[in-house]
This record gives sequence, C-alpha cells and structure tokens, in this order.
Amino acid sequence: MADKVLMKGNEAIAEAAIKAGCRHYFGYPITPQTEVAAYMAKRMPKIGGTFLQAESEIAAINMVYGVASAGLRVMTSSSSPGISLKGEGISYLAGADLPALVVNVQRGGPGLGGIQPSQSDYFQSTRGGGHGDYHMIVLAPSSVQEMAELTVKAFELADKYRMTSMVLADGTMGQMMEPVDLNFEVAPAPEKPWATTGTEMKRKHNIVNSLSLVPEELEKLNIERFQRYELVKQNETMYEEYMMDDAEIAIAAFGIAARVSKNAVNEARKMGIKAGLIRPITLWPFPDAPFKKAATHVKQFISVELNMGQMIEDVRLASECKVPVTLCNRVGGMIPSPEQVLDAIVKASK
Amino acid sequence: MIVYDKPHALLDVPLHYCPGCLHGIVHKLVAEVIDELGIEGKTIGIAPVGCSVMAYDYFACDMIEAAHGRAPAVATGVKRADPSKVVFTYQGDGDLASIGMAETVHAAARNENITVIFINNAIYGMTGGQMAPTSLVGQVTQTSPYGRDPKLCGYPIRVCELLSELEGPEYLERVTVNSIPHIRAAKKAIKKAFMNQIEGKGFSLIEVVSSCPTNWGMTPQNALKWIEEKMLPYYPLGVYKDRSNGEVKK
Repeated sequence: MADKVLMKGNEAIAEAAIKAGCRHYFGYPITPQTEVAAYMAKRMPKIGGTFLQAESEIAAINMVYGVASAGLRVMTSSSSPGISLKGEGISYLAGADLPALVVNVQRGGPGLGGIQPSQSDYFQSTRGGGHGDYHMIVLAPSSVQEMAELTVKAFELADKYRMTSMVLADGTMGQMMEPVDLNFEVAPAPEKPWATTGTEMKRKHNIVNSLSLVPEELEKLNIERFQRYELVKQNETMYEEYMMDDAEIAIAAFGIAARVSKNAVNEARKMGIKAGLIRPITLWPFPDAPFKKAATHVKQFISVELNMGQMIEDVRLASECKVPVTLCNRVGGMIPSPEQVLDAIVKASK
Repeated sequence: MIVYDKPHALLDVPLHYCPGCLHGIVHKLVAEVIDELGIEGKTIGIAPVGCSVMAYDYFACDMIEAAHGRAPAVATGVKRADPSKVVFTYQGDGDLASIGMAETVHAAARNENITVIFINNAIYGMTGGQMAPTSLVGQVTQTSPYGRDPKLCGYPIRVCELLSELEGPEYLERVTVNSIPHIRAAKKAIKKAFMNQIEGKGFSLIEVVSSCPTNWGMTPQNALKWIEEKMLPYYPLGVYKDRSNGEVKK
C-alpha cells in the first residue's frame, strides 16, 4: 500500500492533472474552486509548466483551445457561473474535436446564486452546455480519491475520443479533505498528427476548425461525431452498484449525494428494508444498463439530487418508466441529510 | 529572370474576397514576410470570425480558426504550448475591437509574444455591412442607416492610441494599403512585427486601415480615395509604440 497524503478535493484534481502530464492551466478566480488555480500557480512554474490567470473565463477556455490545438494536455477549472461563460469555447472545442479537460466545482444557481455546493449544472453538463449538437464526457467523483483518479481518466478519455471531458464536482467535493493515494498509472498521450504544431515544411498544413459552410459536409461531420459518441457509450460507461442484488428500493445518486445516500441505505438495511444504490460515475454517457436491470426487481427508484430534479429524467428514461421514480432533494447550497434520504426510503417501502 | 513570384506561404487557391477588397493584398504581404523570414514551417496562424474567417484555407502554414474575438487568447495558448513557434492572428475591427476587445487589451498588457494583424475597414463586412466599433461618425451602414450618431452610439475607437497607453505592448503601428508607397510601408511594418516576435520582444500589432467597397457602396477606386479623405484624418498613420526604441506617439 502506497503512502497516502491528506488533500483537499480541489488540490487532488490539480496534482492528478500534473501527474497526467498536463503542463498548461488557464483559469479565472471563482469560489469554490479557487484551490485548483492556487495549487497550479505554485506548482506549474516549478515543473516547467504554464499557469496563467486569464482576463475572463472566456479567455481561459480559448487559451485551452490554443494549447489543445497544439496537441498538449490542457485544462481549466471553474464553478457554475464561470462554466456558463466557457460554454462558447466548449462548443468550439467540440466542433473542432479537440481533447481538453474542464473542471466544474458546482455552486448553487441560477445567476450568481450562492457559493455552497450544488448539482444544478447536471443538465448543462450532460446535454453539452453550449450551442450545437455535442456531448462532453462527464465524470462525477464521490471522494477525494476519485477527484484524482477521474481527473486522470478524463485526460485519457479526452485524448482517446478527441472530446472535451468534464469532471463535475461540487463545493463539498472540492473543499473536503481526505487521504489520497496518488500513485496510479497514467496512459501516455497518443500521437496527434492533426495538431497545429507547424508544418516543418514536411506536410500539408493542418487546420483546426469548426466552420463548415456546406450543409451536406456539416451533416456528415455531426453524424461521424455521434458515431464516435456511440463508442464512448459502449466502452466507457461507469457506475457503482451498492447492495442492488436484492434491492426493492433503489437510490440513484452521484457525487456528494451518493455518499449521503450510502449511509441512508445502510441504516435502511439495519431496519430490514432492502434498499440499494446505483451511483453513476459517468453522467454522460449515462449508465442505462443498471437501471434497466433494476427496474425488473425494484418497486421504486428515488433520485437524490442537489437540484430541483435533473438526473431524475435520465433515471426515468433508463428505467423506461417501468416503476415510479421519486425525487429526494435539497437545493440552493443545502445538502440532503441521511435522515431525509432514509425517510424517503421508509416511505417508499410502505 | 524571375522578378516577381507568388509567395510560397500563400496557397494557390481562389480567394473568396469581393472585387476591390484589400484583404488579398494584406494576405500577400503577410505571406511574403513569412517567406522572407523562412518561418513557414514553424508558424501557426489564427483566423478570426469575419470576412477573413477562411484565411485558414489560404495560408500554407498550420492554421486555427478561433471563436469571434478570441484569437489573441487562442494565440496565447498556442504560443505558451511552444514558445519557439511563430504565432500570428489576423482579425477585423468587429472581431478585435468589439467582441474581442478584452482579449486584445489583455494580450497586449501581458506583452504576449505574438503578432496581430488588425484590418480596420470601419464595417462588418461578412454579415452585410453593419456599424463597427471603428465606423466613422456619420458613416451610413445597415445598422446606422441615418449615419453613425455619437449621441446614440458614441465614437469610433482608435485601437493603436488606446493600446499605446498600456505599459505592455512592444510595437504598435498603423498603416494602410491604398497606394503602392503605403503598401511598401505596410510590409515593412508587418515584417517588423514578425521580427519582434522572433527576437522575443513581445506583442506587436499592425493596424491596417482598409476598405470595403461592397458595403461602403463605392467603386474600389473611390473606396481607396475614401480611405485617404475620411479614414486617415481620424486614424493617422504612424508608430504608436516602439518599446525597445522608447518611442511613443502622443
């Protein structure tokens, strides 16, 4: 067992990114993700990397676009209002098929909202967030260890599928401290013959571009992109099942909500209620399979979320509405308590 | 004996620009400079959104198409990824001085070691002739049909003058390409802007006062005259900053 270090979730993301070979970080201050930038500001100059505080989130995501065009691993991080500003750039990254990592340490919204934890950017992240038909690979960590591991995974998947990955955390995950084992394997970045690194007069020029004025060609590009997305769905969907084998009540929850829910499931089991938990780790692609399977033996799903009910729609879709799906939630920076979730389980069991 | 040849850095493809448009001339000057400095293989160009959006199809070097106004931020990323590369942006007035003003000012303030070619023709050409941040007072456009009224929409922005107040930028010069002598001077300025980057001196911006016969509603010849008579009095030519030589125009 390797040594563990005690780190904040935000710091774990930053250190894991460095371990994944990311040497370029661009950001703009916003709570509650500040520690990612602060960590990068300290570390990057020591390892020959670039930390740059951009003039805005818009500039930061476009600097990411530049480094991604050059074929290097690159990231930015922000929190909800800042992610809206990055939406334009994320759409361009998708249109130009550029790999990059965007971290969203969510806070309550809409508008300026608050600075406490939230999961209210679920729709924005899983549906794309910017304009146009596209997806990001969205990874939802539920521990500081996963903040680190999924950051590395996000870089690998981004490179593998030429997509933008998002680590979708929240204020709690960003701020909490836990022991982390950072001794993990990192797959080296693949060759990127498409990158704009200069022709060296040895090849035709490379063009990184999202403009395509001929409708037939743009349609073809969209269809090809979604064929690639289909591969991501087949190969990369991740989830955790907890006590689901004989479950009669199934919780659906990700991130901090899943941790709270796990406690509630344990308490319910002590009371003799057969409760279980399905925790999507990839929010896009959404893990349909465990829900479809569970729908054959559970009598109710409870979607536990820090929003007004967003993932619940995917739970209904995945389970094809075969059994009722109810919502157990808190919003605005509030977090459901294990008691609240347990109450919902007890109610559902009656 | 060959006395003139098309620059290698400009691909032999048809350009989409309107008759009388000066983009072709400025493209050629940039390409000639790239040839003369022998940097095509390590140059990356950033195209804007606007009339020159498809510049990526015209230059032989590697090219990136940026979101509207964001070229200086994209260029920053490319340059930081590998500072040994030569990175230039090619932007119009709407792109650089309206939607992308923040990116422009901050790239200049950082003295980002890039070269910016800024085409100021006082109009949005691609979208059909709307008022630009540099449209002159009284100028009739699609969105200022009674002439630009400063009471309603303020005054045109002089980018070189504005940036010259910053400590950061290395070199700022305004040129035009409405006559042979002016074209020669413009090329000299563009070459200096690339040389500065190669020498690691930092941010250089060349503002090229240009025309748009189509959307100005003029013949190409009258458009060149309009540059001389209307544009240049408001946008005087000259060097606005040359930091290494301690030169600042007041």
